[in-house]
Amino acid sequence: MSRVAEAFAKAAAENRAALVGYLPAGFPSKQGGIDALSAMVRAGVDVVEVGLPYSDPVLDGPTIQQAADRALQGGTRIADVLATVEAVAATGAATVVMTYWNPVLRYGAERFAADLAAAGGAGLITPDLTPDSGADWLAASDARDLDRIFLVAPSSSPERIALTVAACRGFVYATAVMGVTGARSQTSVAAPPLVARIREATDLPIGVGLGVSNGVQAAEVAGYADGVIVGSAFVRKLLDAPDLAAGVAGCADLAADLASGVRSRS
Amino acid sequence: MAALDELTAEFNAAQADPNFRAELSGLLGSYTGRPSPITEVPRFAEHAGGARVLLKREDLNHTGSHKINNVLGQALLTKRMGKTRVIAETGAGQHGVATATACALMGLDCVVYMGQEDTRRQALNVARMKMLGAEVIPVTTGSKTLKDAINEAMRDWVANVEKTHYLLGTVAGPHPFPYMVREFHRVIGQEARAQVLELTGRLPDAVCACVGGGSNAIGIFYDFIPDADVKLFGFEAAGDGVETGRHAATITGGAPGVLHGARSYLLQDDEGQTMESHSISAGLDYPGVGPEHAHLADTGRATYRPVTDTEAMDAFKLLCRTEGIIPAIESSHALAGALVVGRELGPDSIVLINLSGRGDKDVDTAATWFGLT
Repeated sequence: MSRVAEAFAKAAAENRAALVGYLPAGFPSKQGGIDALSAMVRAGVDVVEVGLPYSDPVLDGPTIQQAADRALQGGTRIADVLATVEAVAATGAATVVMTYWNPVLRYGAERFAADLAAAGGAGLITPDLTPDSGADWLAASDARDLDRIFLVAPSSSPERIALTVAACRGFVYATAVMGVTGARSQTSVAAPPLVARIREATDLPIGVGLGVSNGVQAAEVAGYADGVIVGSAFVRKLLDAPDLAAGVAGCADLAADLASGVRSRS
Repeated sequence: MAALDELTAEFNAAQADPNFRAELSGLLGSYTGRPSPITEVPRFAEHAGGARVLLKREDLNHTGSHKINNVLGQALLTKRMGKTRVIAETGAGQHGVATATACALMGLDCVVYMGQEDTRRQALNVARMKMLGAEVIPVTTGSKTLKDAINEAMRDWVANVEKTHYLLGTVAGPHPFPYMVREFHRVIGQEARAQVLELTGRLPDAVCACVGGGSNAIGIFYDFIPDADVKLFGFEAAGDGVETGRHAATITGGAPGVLHGARSYLLQDDEGQTMESHSISAGLDYPGVGPEHAHLADTGRATYRPVTDTEAMDAFKLLCRTEGIIPAIESSHALAGALVVGRELGPDSIVLINLSGRGDKDVDTAATWFGLT
């Protein structure tokens, strides 16, 4: 069983949802990002997504794009992403990378898989790669025993959901609103039916990302999903903080609030 | 994916529907003013080694460029799909103006995303779009140019896909866009091929077009592809020169990659980050290129060459002064490249150039370039 699957299984055994937390590598700095992610793990994040900052993050909203721009302006390279993975994985948390496809294509899918595995990474989330266009990643991830997480959306047809979940390993990422990433004040009415449709197609755990930013929303999503994915709200804590220490503390507080949310399924 | 599948199905159905084709063809005639004429330019040709030079006058279309061909097709498709809102990206503003025009004509809501940098250098077109009732949203992310406008349009589309059609203006992006946009622009090459035959009694030796995303080029190239003796030349924007790194010559200076849902040549660094492109021409300032051009380059059927800002502006001025035609700066890249092609092919050759747009929008830029202000 992969480390991601283990984290979901452990949460399920405790009758709660897993908490998945995201930050892009190199934001607000290389070490600052590692510090924040480590603090989030200590405060209850079960699975960490390390974002690979990209110049054209078309599926992300302004919050994450701002963080990615800052990381790139700071000179963040793939080596820094892998170093972040190594440091976070050393905490014991299942750690995956979230990346747009072109950086991996340019780096080489096999080489990326080898280096990610060597850094202790558990897998890859690929928001702009569909399994039917991803033969080289399917092969490379198989060769290195890496999880691969593809996305499904409310607009996905039953055929596309079946095709996508068949290629997933670790968990399935349900983007439960039509739109870019970003914190939202209300959770989505589209999410529960989407999760239900995915469940008909797979036994894999289902993580839901829809702009959750507090424990109350996390509890609501935990009522129907196996994992609650939070990204923009953590980024926001770091963007708004007066200094790194305050930002890290803010991420830890948010993680604790969310961790209690996923334990009180509503 | 669902929206792309829907669009593919609807486009294929529309292409097979005689009513759709008749409606589009009627608009292209009575509204756009097609067929656009061919103009022979002998005084300009004196600088092209004596070759006969013919211009395909897409600049004379309503709204001032070839962009209207594709826009009318996709706007009709929007109505066919029952959608009421159109979004578009624009660089030079020609696609934005054409889209705003078609939306006014058909009663569709229109939002145009335009890089903040481009709203400044193409202020006239911003005013035109607003006059036509469109909302123009300046894009402040990334390089603040065309690629970032596409990013924002894609973000809007995924959030509003039920009622909104993304009216993409070039032969890039995910399928079916490169295919569909080419089909709507094929009329350029279909007309030009017949017009050159009628005027000269034979096919041209070379067809020249500028290439940013590549819509006008694929439009004029496509029906010449089976004519093996007709050379096809695409001219990319070399900005300050490809060797300076400040350019938009994607095929000349890029490497294969994925951007905006298409795999093609791409200006990118060694880790796959998109690099900023540079060109005096807002419409060619895009770090990607349509995948079909990548294919034509790889198979050798078409040749792609860089043209610098200076070379393009020299050709811009030459056409103004020899023929009384003010070309778009985009199209001036094709004019500059064609001058060289004419000299290579010699005095008996016939060179066809797609004059994809008129230069009214570029008067400020050109006046500054030539020190006329």
